[in-house]
Amino acid sequence: MSILVVAEHDNASLISGTLSTLAAAKIIGGDITVLVAGENAGSVVTEAQALEGVSKVLVADNAALADGLAENIGNLVSSIAGNYSHVLTPASNFGKNFMPRVAAKLDVMQVSDIVEVVSADTFVRPIYAGNALMTVKSNDTVKLITVRSTAFDAVEATGGSAAVEDLAFSDVFAGSSFISRDVTLSERPELGTAKIVVSGGRGVGSKENFAVIEGLAEKLNAAVGASRAAVDLGYAPNDCQVGQTGKVVAPEIYFAIAISGAIQHQAGMSESKIIVAINKDADAPIFNIADYGIVGDLFDVVPELMEVL
Amino acid sequence: MKVLVAVKRVVDYNVRIRVKSDGTGVDKDNVVMSMNPFDENSLEEAMQMKEADVASEVIAVSIGDEKSEDTLRSAFAMGADRAILIKTDVELEPLAIAKLLAKVVEQESPQVAILGKQAIDDDSNQTGQMLSAMLGWSQGTFASNAEHVDGAINLTRETDAGLETIKITLPAVITTDLRLNTPRLPKLPAIMKAKKKPIETHEADSFGIDLAPRLEVVSVAAPAERAAGIIVANAAELVEKLKEAEAL
Ligand SMILES: Cc1cc2nc3c(=O)[nH]c(=O)nc-3n(C[C@H](O)[C@H](O)[C@H](O)COP(=O)(O)OP(=O)(O)OC[C@H]3O[C@@H](n4cnc5c(N)ncnc54)[C@H](O)[C@@H]3O)c2cc1C
Repeated sequence: MSILVVAEHDNASLISGTLSTLAAAKIIGGDITVLVAGENAGSVVTEAQALEGVSKVLVADNAALADGLAENIGNLVSSIAGNYSHVLTPASNFGKNFMPRVAAKLDVMQVSDIVEVVSADTFVRPIYAGNALMTVKSNDTVKLITVRSTAFDAVEATGGSAAVEDLAFSDVFAGSSFISRDVTLSERPELGTAKIVVSGGRGVGSKENFAVIEGLAEKLNAAVGASRAAVDLGYAPNDCQVGQTGKVVAPEIYFAIAISGAIQHQAGMSESKIIVAINKDADAPIFNIADYGIVGDLFDVVPELMEVL
Repeated sequence: MKVLVAVKRVVDYNVRIRVKSDGTGVDKDNVVMSMNPFDENSLEEAMQMKEADVASEVIAVSIGDEKSEDTLRSAFAMGADRAILIKTDVELEPLAIAKLLAKVVEQESPQVAILGKQAIDDDSNQTGQMLSAMLGWSQGTFASNAEHVDGAINLTRETDAGLETIKITLPAVITTDLRLNTPRLPKLPAIMKAKKKPIETHEADSFGIDLAPRLEVVSVAAPAERAAGIIVANAAELVEKLKEAEAL
């Protein structure tokens, strides 16, 4: 078997989901090639070469590939996908955006968001916000797969010494262009990979009050997360949303503060190792899945917590 | 210009689903069904395009069994001008759905097709992107804002790092995120009128497309349940417990 992993990166460094995707590729087994599609992404190529288990790094360097536009990445991947038994990429915004295009071009039914590799053609994926796990067998000749990063432990970033090969790209789609990016800057660890996540919900009450959540996160060197309600109300930026339609996280400790625990929120955090809930409503559903709960007002409990930490 | 909006009938988002004991799927008997929430955002966007004179006609399309008529009636109630049901009694995969939608696009020649970014039952997040690739149209996924300017759309997308704006020229496929707009609540007279509007119905297998599933469902299982833990009295006790568990 020969597997292509489409790397996610920002032209400067690899995004961690790529390492988890490689872990899934290793379980499938076979020769692994990594594709770095971008512009002036030399440092990413160097990183990819060093990854454990990678035998080749394909590099497509083109201004049209710089910003992850789905039409261009999709065209590029479609042009080579037929050479592989599997094409994998993270089930991130990047992967979700282009991979179905490859599926349409190859007339293949993609397997989205896998959490387990059963065998080279059989995979487990969550459906209904994770309330059911479906095992599917793909009969397509090329298997197109997006991988849920939290379900696979990242491969080692060192130890490999893959060869590099250039890949030409000219099939630029004229209808779409990149205009601007508004990236949320944070000194906190990345939400998807942080050891501890501190999330706030609607009960936090305002953007100003959200500083309480950020304060605790800072103290714990944790990432900041939020419920959809908190994002909708503008307390936190959209990239903080945890849940069925946001990010999936699985840290060592997840703090759900003033979050009721709707199914859609649970979908993004129920795989966390330890869940701590702080909520003034003793009947909030979040307590049904929390390992440790404190029934109380967050504005009393969090300052107390800051003191004893 | 015409706008095509795809709408799907799904188990309502408030329902906690149950996996069938024989592991063949999810129990859908006697559960509340409703329009996929993202599709309400799609319809709202189309209606706003019409109100801004960007669009002239909003066509809702649903692919499913007869009961998807209910979903199309909800689309009428929100303001859709026409409704098309592509009838099938088997569950189709995103690839087949996209192929059928491409056929409808061929017949109706809209300039914009709006789909939800995902359906909350299957959570595949594929159909819009597939449709865009099949048609060779521009793609704007996970939209949280769309501004129409001279045959193009400045589309703001929600990404893992924040927001990004791209410019896509028409024709285009848009997939909606929940923060794109607030779907309107249909008024009672509109709901009443919607009951009488005609729905154009076509059989899915009349399009000459191979609709056979590519993925074989081996089993559907319930995830391991998380047991409820303990309530601790205060912050000090919490920290103690976390230290005992060697988490801190
Ligand atoms: C299609 C769809 C997709 C969705 N996707 C997501 C998703 O990805 N992520 C997500 O989170 N949601 C998602 N939702 C929304 C979800 O259904 C809930 O509405 C949302 O999670 C609720 O957020 P919340 O818990 O912050 O607010 P609420 O449910 O309003 O809960 C607020 C909680 O705060 C507590 N509280 C209030 N004040 C205090 C205080 N001072 N101290 C302590 N506790 C306090 C209350 O007791 C309550 O339990 C989705 C919904 C739909 C329909």
